Amino acid sequence: MELDVVDLSRLQFAMTALYHFLFVPLTLGLSVLLAVMETVYVMTGRRIWRQMTKFWGTLFGINFVLGVSTGLVMEFQFGMNWSYYSHYVGDIFGAPLAIEGLMAFFLEATFVGLFFFGWDKLSKVGHLIATWAVALGSNFSALWILIANGWMQNPIGSAFNPQTMRMEITDFFAVVTNPVAQAKFVHTVSAGYVTAAIFVLGVSAWYLLKGRHVEIAKRSMTVAASFGLAASLSVVVLGDESGYLTTEHQKMKLAAIEAMWETEPAPAAFTVFGLPSQQDRETHYAVQIPWALGLIATRSLDTVVPGITELVAQAEKRIESGLIAFDALQKIRAAGSSTNIPAEVKQAFEDHGADLGYALLLKRHADDPRNATPEQIAAAAWDTVPHVPTLFWSFRIMVGLGMFFIALTATFFYLSARRTLDRYRPLLWVAVLAIPLPWIAAELGWIVAEFGRQPWIIEGVLPTAAAVSSLGAGTVLMTIIGFAALYTVLIVIEMALMLRAIRKGPEPDDAPEATLIPENLVAAE
Amino acid sequence: MILHTLIDYDTLRVIWWLLLGVLLIGFAVMDGFDLGTDMLLPFVARCDIERRVVINSIGPVWEGNQVWLILGGGAIFAAWPPLYAVSFSGFYLAMFAILFALILRPVGFKYRSKRDSRLWRASWDWALFIGGLVPALVMGVAVGNVLQGVPFHLNNDLRIFYDGTTLIELLNPFGLLCGLLSVAMLVMHGAGWLVLKTSGEVAERSRTAGSVAAMLTIALFALGGLWLGAGIDGYAITSPILEGGPSNPLAKTVALAPGAWLANYDAHPWMLAGPALGFVGALGSLALLRARVELGALLMSALSVFGIIATVGLSMFPFILPSSVDPRSSLTVWDASSSHLTLFIMLVATAIFLPIIAAYTTWVYRVLWGKVEPREIERDGSHAY
Repeated sequence: MELDVVDLSRLQFAMTALYHFLFVPLTLGLSVLLAVMETVYVMTGRRIWRQMTKFWGTLFGINFVLGVSTGLVMEFQFGMNWSYYSHYVGDIFGAPLAIEGLMAFFLEATFVGLFFFGWDKLSKVGHLIATWAVALGSNFSALWILIANGWMQNPIGSAFNPQTMRMEITDFFAVVTNPVAQAKFVHTVSAGYVTAAIFVLGVSAWYLLKGRHVEIAKRSMTVAASFGLAASLSVVVLGDESGYLTTEHQKMKLAAIEAMWETEPAPAAFTVFGLPSQQDRETHYAVQIPWALGLIATRSLDTVVPGITELVAQAEKRIESGLIAFDALQKIRAAGSSTNIPAEVKQAFEDHGADLGYALLLKRHADDPRNATPEQIAAAAWDTVPHVPTLFWSFRIMVGLGMFFIALTATFFYLSARRTLDRYRPLLWVAVLAIPLPWIAAELGWIVAEFGRQPWIIEGVLPTAAAVSSLGAGTVLMTIIGFAALYTVLIVIEMALMLRAIRKGPEPDDAPEATLIPENLVAAE
Repeated sequence: MILHTLIDYDTLRVIWWLLLGVLLIGFAVMDGFDLGTDMLLPFVARCDIERRVVINSIGPVWEGNQVWLILGGGAIFAAWPPLYAVSFSGFYLAMFAILFALILRPVGFKYRSKRDSRLWRASWDWALFIGGLVPALVMGVAVGNVLQGVPFHLNNDLRIFYDGTTLIELLNPFGLLCGLLSVAMLVMHGAGWLVLKTSGEVAERSRTAGSVAAMLTIALFALGGLWLGAGIDGYAITSPILEGGPSNPLAKTVALAPGAWLANYDAHPWMLAGPALGFVGALGSLALLRARVELGALLMSALSVFGIIATVGLSMFPFILPSSVDPRSSLTVWDASSSHLTLFIMLVATAIFLPIIAAYTTWVYRVLWGKVEPREIERDGSHAY
């Protein structure tokens, strides 16, 4: 298969984003857990909580540096590989990224140094403030990056400017309060909390199985189970499908996730199992639960969830409307100064400008979209369907894992309340083996959200294929190989250091407590 | 929103040109001493504990310092989207080299001392050296190429095309000179930091290295200035500038002229303050290193970094990225910014957050004040680098 620069650029972006997202969820969640543990230390004065904060902090640090490193690549990649995208939407997309730096990264990165190096230089409360600043900073950064990402999914508060040939901001408040962004923020941050909770739970379970660091492990599990239960409930209940009915393509994403080819009368059935086929445009061997999808997706009994075929028909109409806008745009540019533009051309662009991006979908099929044949228009309309089997399965595995996390954290929450955390060895083994699962769920979540956004880079505004830099395929291939080699070496080293630090366990406290604290005095969380 | 019309579009553009300078200088001053320290690591520190002292001197602060680069990237994206799009993709392989080196750096800091093996630690020390040298060198080379004009052009859709910006082509004599200047300048700055934060042998070796680097900085900066005036064509806008015009570079005409990069200094002699500070800072750093005024030497090298980077910006104003193959595609302050509203919103955000950042950064440096001692590192166990 011959890969062109678009495919290669997408591959490189996906690779970096998926890799970056191996580190981010743990940073998000563990930073909060560290802050919680240290708060307990400051409030109770029990040094075991300081020891816990330091131990989990060591693991946090090993993970954190790779998140920082790859975050830089993420930010630079837009300009490097997606320069037309950067020009076309930088006016809107750049602002949240810059604010992320101002508000979040500085806070997180400046105080993370004090977290590690400030134990002896700061008062108890001073150090606690540093730890909370790190947690706050990393969570703020999730907010702003998801405001940027939410705009790619639901580009509101902006308009195309023919003079500068780009999208420009019209309503910043709308961009910040984008409902898709808000839903994504809650969902993503909760997913990070689940990841950290399961990580802490699993590592602590391993200590209990080995009979090591029992006191620290039990307390850590208590914190992790309660935090994890709340987070996993939130991640499933407040899944980001709540945003999936806001725009055409979000509806398309939902229809693809459900492999729902035809619109069904409300409330639609939920397909638990099936083999969707992109080619046959149907789902073989479907097993369905009546009503369930309609209830989940619309929270109502009578809202219709549109199917893929109907959405493709709508896309075809928008392409035709987009062609009028495209034609008007060429005339506006030919006219030169704005006074020379005929009134009807101005009107046509005003009426159809919102569909301009749909005309650009034709660029793959015809050099000048205006010369496209009806067959080419129909083909471009079908291009708006993302790869259904990938979305169908990614979503189901992700949701299945989410349910499992609820069950797991609820079980340990119960055991912790009964003070029987170490009684059931098989359960402890389940917790250990569950450690990688949140990462799988998080990566699948990225695939559903971003792979499901295709063929758009900005939904309805700019197709991915039009957004790349004019680079040679060989150049991009070279950097893919370079990054892949570096990422592979670093993840191997990272995992080895993590395992080493876990095997080594918490360091003995330098100032042991005067009195031994009985197990039944563990602070309730 | 109509609030943004309080400040007119062109004024905002000039403010954002200044802020671009503030952010780039902020990066070069704050992360610059980290990069300089990385470059000095294998030379001023010989045994393991010395190396750990050097690494731990920047251990608690490099993460915050590196955010200046992230913020710089983000702010260019937000305020100067065409600049972000053209420079990051045009210098694609150079950017890749920088990223590759910068990825090694954090990992090197964090992972180096986690194992006892000599080979492990020596490998990371050299990774850190590369992590300091490559960004310093490549960024300098890139600036040298920007001053000569970059071979790109824009088509009518404002899509960007490049006519040869491979790494080899970037490494032309003037580009290399600027690269070396950047390395010398940051080594001088890093040495100033190490003299302040370490003691004994390491500080002595840093003092010597810093003095040599300061002299090189002065020589290379002077040479670069002469070369810029005599051997490199500058650019000038030859069409009337539309007041508050749209950000579309293709609306103007541009001509190349020998010595045009020095024209601003004739028109506005106060701008000579830029190059003057570049020299004064480096000389001051040299003198104060000798006189053992530690903090003073570091502040002087920061002043030199400020002056040298300001000189580049002032020489080129209003150009920010000239095109050598299609001069009218050149990006200038008047036609490469984001919209009026975005510039205003970003100014508000910066005005709110930059002072807060300055306040807590100052607090952190005060908490960490003082020299890094070997026994401190040994006591700190796994938390020290």
